[in-house]
Amino acid sequence: MKICVLVKEVPDAAVEKRMDPDSKRLDRSGEKNLNPFDTHAIEAAMQIREGGAVEVDEIVAVTMGPESAFRALHKAVSLGADRSVHLTDEALAGSDVCATGYALGRVLESESPDLVLLGQQSDDGECYTIGAVVADHLKMPSLTQVIKIDVVEGRLRCERQAEYGYDTVDVELPAVISVGDAINEPRYPSLKAIMGAKKKPLDTKSSGDVGIETDRVGAQGSRTEVLSLNPPPAKEAGEIIEDEDTNETVERIVSWMEERKLLA
Amino acid sequence: MSTILTYALHYQGEFNKNSLGAVSEGAKLAKELGGEAAAVVVGEGDDLTDELCASLGGYGATKVYRAKAPEGLAQPVVDVMAKVIQDNGYKYALFGGGLLGFEIGAGLTARLGAGVTMEVTAVKAQDGKLVAERPILQDSAIVDVGYVGEPGIIIGRLNAFDAVESGEGAAEVVDVDVQLEEHSTRATMVQRGEQRGADVNIEDADILVAGGRGLGNAEGFELCEQLAEALGGAVAATRAVVDAGWYPYAAQIGQTGKTVAPKLYLAAGISGAIQHKVGMQSAENIVAINKDPNAPIFEFSDLGVVGDLNKIIPKLTDAVKAKRS
Repeated sequence: MKICVLVKEVPDAAVEKRMDPDSKRLDRSGEKNLNPFDTHAIEAAMQIREGGAVEVDEIVAVTMGPESAFRALHKAVSLGADRSVHLTDEALAGSDVCATGYALGRVLESESPDLVLLGQQSDDGECYTIGAVVADHLKMPSLTQVIKIDVVEGRLRCERQAEYGYDTVDVELPAVISVGDAINEPRYPSLKAIMGAKKKPLDTKSSGDVGIETDRVGAQGSRTEVLSLNPPPAKEAGEIIEDEDTNETVERIVSWMEERKLLA
Repeated sequence: MSTILTYALHYQGEFNKNSLGAVSEGAKLAKELGGEAAAVVVGEGDDLTDELCASLGGYGATKVYRAKAPEGLAQPVVDVMAKVIQDNGYKYALFGGGLLGFEIGAGLTARLGAGVTMEVTAVKAQDGKLVAERPILQDSAIVDVGYVGEPGIIIGRLNAFDAVESGEGAAEVVDVDVQLEEHSTRATMVQRGEQRGADVNIEDADILVAGGRGLGNAEGFELCEQLAEALGGAVAATRAVVDAGWYPYAAQIGQTGKTVAPKLYLAAGISGAIQHKVGMQSAENIVAINKDPNAPIFEFSDLGVVGDLNKIIPKLTDAVKAKRS
């Protein structure tokens, strides 16, 4: 079995994210990192491999992004992927969800995976939907927000929370599964794995290499357009107490509650 | 004119509240655009009666397309909606918040090469087109998104659209026969809607003490339980800790859990992710205790306490007990 894990480079969690008012796109300058949600997908792939219910021949990290995104792939490899694929092309810049899903579909098709895993959301775009978009392009069954995967008789038995409680769904392979962050606790890479990551194969591909029609991607291939960028409706900032003397803090909380008649 | 198509999720003979919100919103927007809104229902059970389907007319749908296909999974619904949109020329597909709406909308995006906007909090009609408002970057900005070409897919945030009974009559029910795509038949529901853990009623509580990852472990909930008891309230939890098995699902607040609006919501060790916020932002008074001064929850709490909850909550519990006794 070959598993592809979709990963993304995102602004580091410590970086204040902002929109570029001119392009109306996320300002992606500054420190970047592997999307934290993706580490759960890599860990899920590793656990399937280590679980032994199925032979996993290869785990391939796949990303689409600017030149700098190879660093996210190195991180993915240090967490367990065997090699990585980097789809990068000027023509892809500014792709919306529709265009991104199409492009990722093409690059994944070139790898013919038995299973595509990805994280539930990216830390920056927060769109939650790429897995389901990619699955339709690949014509594979798909589930998102999966919190448990078991390989049973060559199929995946998946659990997730849906509208009415927990659902258990059997999914035949090949499939696209997006995992929730509760599925596992990702391991830390060893120093050796970090050092070795740069030596693992990394294929860089352009749009043409995977048969992407360039009029379907980038800003001109996108089907949505950001018309304006606005500040959120103002909400009056709440009162903040820094806890230094806990007895005093508690007194302040209690009197705050009393003023609002919450301790009746 | 066929303008807006919505999906109405049902379970055991009842429509989902967020779906009814989407139907109402679709009907309102379609009127503004000078057209009509319809809904799609998909299921195999005998609970999808003519009467139940037609009742969506009461929320403004003029037509309801009913298809026989597996329930609770997105991809069969994608097949149905894609066909209905292609056969009838709907310009927009609109979804209420919730897991399936996200998945169906995403599938349609790929199938129809359509633009999609998710986590939408409001939709407006401008120059004969719809524009979706979407908060981004932890709600620190809002973008107005327009669509290039048709159809446009709009996926609402949980509870973004209110279900409004329009007082209109029954909708016309049309049965549609759709050949499912092969891949749509390769996921099978084994068990749906399983309830795990004890039954806790948090929706009627005036006071809720909610716990998140910051509690550290399942035992940390004892702190919440003691404080809740002192306040005369109940205990709620975030999705992360429910999924981790620290607390029962019945107590979960947020996107895939319950939506509450108590008089006091005290959040302990909760960072305040959007998925949580949508379930509790209507609380009258929000108090947050978190050791991370940058936690998003402080941006929408009325009283924020930056500190160690293990130190603060036991003392707060004692102080509350003393006041109320």
